[in-house]
Amino acid sequence: MRAFADLYMRLDATTSSNAKLAALQAYFSQAPAEDAAWAVYFLAGGRPRQLVPTRMLRELAIALSGLPEWLFEESYQSVGDLAETVSLLLPESSHATDEGLAQWVEAYLLPLRGQAPEMVQQRLPELWAQLDRQSLMLCLKLITGSFRVGVSKLLVTRALALMCDLDAKRVAQRLVGYTDLSHRPTAASYLKLIAAESADEHAQRGGQPYPFFLAHALQAPTEQFDALLGSPSKWQVEWKWDGIRAQVVKRDGQLWIWSRGEELVTDRFPELHSLANTLPDGVVLDGEILVWKTDAAADALAVQPFALLQQRIGRKTLGKKLLADAPVVLQAYDLLEWQGEDWRSRPQHERRRQLEQVLEAYPLTPVLLSPLVEGDSWEDLARQREASRSLGVEGMMLKARDALYGVGRTKDMGLWWKWKIDPFSVDAVLIYAQRGHGRRASLYSDYTFAVWDSPPGTPQRTLVPFAKAYSGLSDAEMRKVDTIIRKTTVETFGPVRSVTPTLVFELGFEGIALSKRHKSGIAVRFPRMLRWRDDKPVEEADDLGTLQALLA
Amino acid sequence: MDLVIARPEGLYCPPGDFYIDPWRPVERSVITHGHGDHARTGNGHYLTAAPGAGILRSRLGQDINLQTLPYGERLVHQGVTLSLHPAGHVLGSAQVRLEYQGEVWVASGDYKVEPDGTCEPFEPVRCHTFITESTFGLPIYRWAPQAEIFAEVNEWWRGNREQGKASVLFCYSFGKAQRILHGLDESIGPILVHGAVEPLNRVYREAGVRLPETRYAGEVPRNDPLLREALILAPPSAGGSSWMRRFGDYSDAFASGWMRLRGTRRRRGVDRGFVLSDHADWSGLLWAIAQTGAERVMVTHGSVNVLVRYLNEQGLDARSFVTEYGDEDDAPAEVES
Repeated sequence: MRAFADLYMRLDATTSSNAKLAALQAYFSQAPAEDAAWAVYFLAGGRPRQLVPTRMLRELAIALSGLPEWLFEESYQSVGDLAETVSLLLPESSHATDEGLAQWVEAYLLPLRGQAPEMVQQRLPELWAQLDRQSLMLCLKLITGSFRVGVSKLLVTRALALMCDLDAKRVAQRLVGYTDLSHRPTAASYLKLIAAESADEHAQRGGQPYPFFLAHALQAPTEQFDALLGSPSKWQVEWKWDGIRAQVVKRDGQLWIWSRGEELVTDRFPELHSLANTLPDGVVLDGEILVWKTDAAADALAVQPFALLQQRIGRKTLGKKLLADAPVVLQAYDLLEWQGEDWRSRPQHERRRQLEQVLEAYPLTPVLLSPLVEGDSWEDLARQREASRSLGVEGMMLKARDALYGVGRTKDMGLWWKWKIDPFSVDAVLIYAQRGHGRRASLYSDYTFAVWDSPPGTPQRTLVPFAKAYSGLSDAEMRKVDTIIRKTTVETFGPVRSVTPTLVFELGFEGIALSKRHKSGIAVRFPRMLRWRDDKPVEEADDLGTLQALLA
Repeated sequence: MDLVIARPEGLYCPPGDFYIDPWRPVERSVITHGHGDHARTGNGHYLTAAPGAGILRSRLGQDINLQTLPYGERLVHQGVTLSLHPAGHVLGSAQVRLEYQGEVWVASGDYKVEPDGTCEPFEPVRCHTFITESTFGLPIYRWAPQAEIFAEVNEWWRGNREQGKASVLFCYSFGKAQRILHGLDESIGPILVHGAVEPLNRVYREAGVRLPETRYAGEVPRNDPLLREALILAPPSAGGSSWMRRFGDYSDAFASGWMRLRGTRRRRGVDRGFVLSDHADWSGLLWAIAQTGAERVMVTHGSVNVLVRYLNEQGLDARSFVTEYGDEDDAPAEVES
């Protein structure tokens, strides 16, 4: 536990990738395999289900610290992280355990789940008393499932590859599914990650998907495209769907569906289960799962807003009504495996041609072929892209015709660009602020924004909240805003402050829909601050009419 | 009768007709210590503890109308008996004891309860009403003994030196810097200081505080191999400036009580955060308050509401004073620490 806590501290203390890589290598070269197995799991984003209810953790921490509950809450609001707060408030422990991460996770922490409350209340203090403050914070983060440190899965992959002199892509492949809930890390599974290459590895991959290849954002103006990208004929252009990126794996008579987070989501999409019978073995499709049904307005089958898909994701059980209201399809756009053979090192155009042939040879009702968009010039494509909103897509994807299928957001094997349309934007007024978490703890960094309920000149018009946003400002701007919030506070309710409206921001968002749950009657997707309009008085912020016009 | 009340100009003693650490110019002022939010220019008359005279003059000007008083010595002004007592915060920092018609008040300014070797340690003074700061007035703030922190700093410096990297330690230039200098293991390597730190070192040395030899960093040429072994003390404002370029590949750290929280440490964007404060931590505040025996406590700058509520729940009569010390309530980012 101590060694892993030290690694956490080293990773947390630096922003340099090289320093992180060195810390990871140092840790993995020393750690016993069973500990390393769990370290990889947590560092790569794995999280066991919540081990102890948060409420119980709080109550226990309050009791052990001897503080009144309100003072614990004040402390939490200042720290912005429950695990850290508890670790700062519990009595300092003098001894540190020598037991490893695996022992802690398997023998002490995992068994806590589902225990009777009295048992947990007795057990946790005994465990905590064995940990120094750093290890304690780490232990609490593992318990609350809030373990996060600035390390990407790619970096873990590189560290393991460097240490064992393996190809990083091979390690990435082996790591797929490693953090899925159904997988329990063991010394054996770790040793498999770092084992020397073997000939039959490909045959033994079961339902494993390939690491997803990700696109980079393209933000240049269209006039520069010729210079940046060359002729459009070198690119395969598709619509950018707004759904759930997924790989459909069919091997050995069985079907697996994996989301981009490398979560197994087969159960969530019964509409696709027929593929277990209709797809031949040894096929992996890459595409986007979308709600697809007859659009009232267009009277034709079309993609539906992401909000509808989101309703499905949130549900534990998929009732008949939900399945009828929000039926899904897969818009397939890539073929990663065919006849059991890994096709990722073939060029994009070849994979596309084969994909077209497969979908023609095997008519699969729940699978559509994501269409190509043809255009003579970038100007022509830019014009077509203007239809994105009415088509329900986020813009276009540009895939180099000779691109191989890379690993993650890499550029060395080929290039995918996402060429998104500009977000919607309105000028909104900041009315509430809440302190942030993590790096923004104690800073007022999470804001609620409002627009006017009626046009300028209406007597006694009021501000209606419609969106929360917390990203888009620089650290310096955030500090300034924080100061203004503190100076213009009207009331404080727990962690939230209401302020005299003085601040106007241009808010950007990706989607807008009617909503019964919001006071404004409107819900927006991915709201964030595009810029601070310190040139604009509050009276000139937008009103509900502006938002309603965007709905149309 | 209230011996101290809050006025727009600052904390005011009505029977004595003078102010304590006023933030607007007044005729008569008593200054608890030389930090910028407590000692301001423009007052007609200044009174401060004798060891703080050098600091005050170096910060406010040689020509201020300054009267000094040794710690513990009494002075009677318009029937108010006034004496100054060590606050343990920085060189010359004092608590102001006021006695009038049998009533005793103590205004503590900023204070720290752990002795640090660079100023007179905090001395509890019995009183009826105690005016306390609350900069770190939350139980999450708990300091380790300073020896442990200096050991961490030494280890970090040694490690950097072995890797051929300069060690740049950001800290407040008055008080914190000298405390660190006093506590460091000077055998590790050369110590360089920023231009803002050196004048204060001089005042400390003149006051008889032992500090290791320091060199002005500006006179060391860029790429001098000496830099790769050195520890450099600089104010936080030097971070990110072009002044830093001379050090080439360096590791940086920040010494402040706020470094106790991961969030503030990360926001600073430095490699290391050393939890070292010149203020009392939560238990230090409670200890100091208890030592005074005061039944009434007036809380100033910091976590005012928290400390007031907590003390009231403990059966004390606690209230708040609105002041312009520190930054505002709980904003930790840019405060002196």
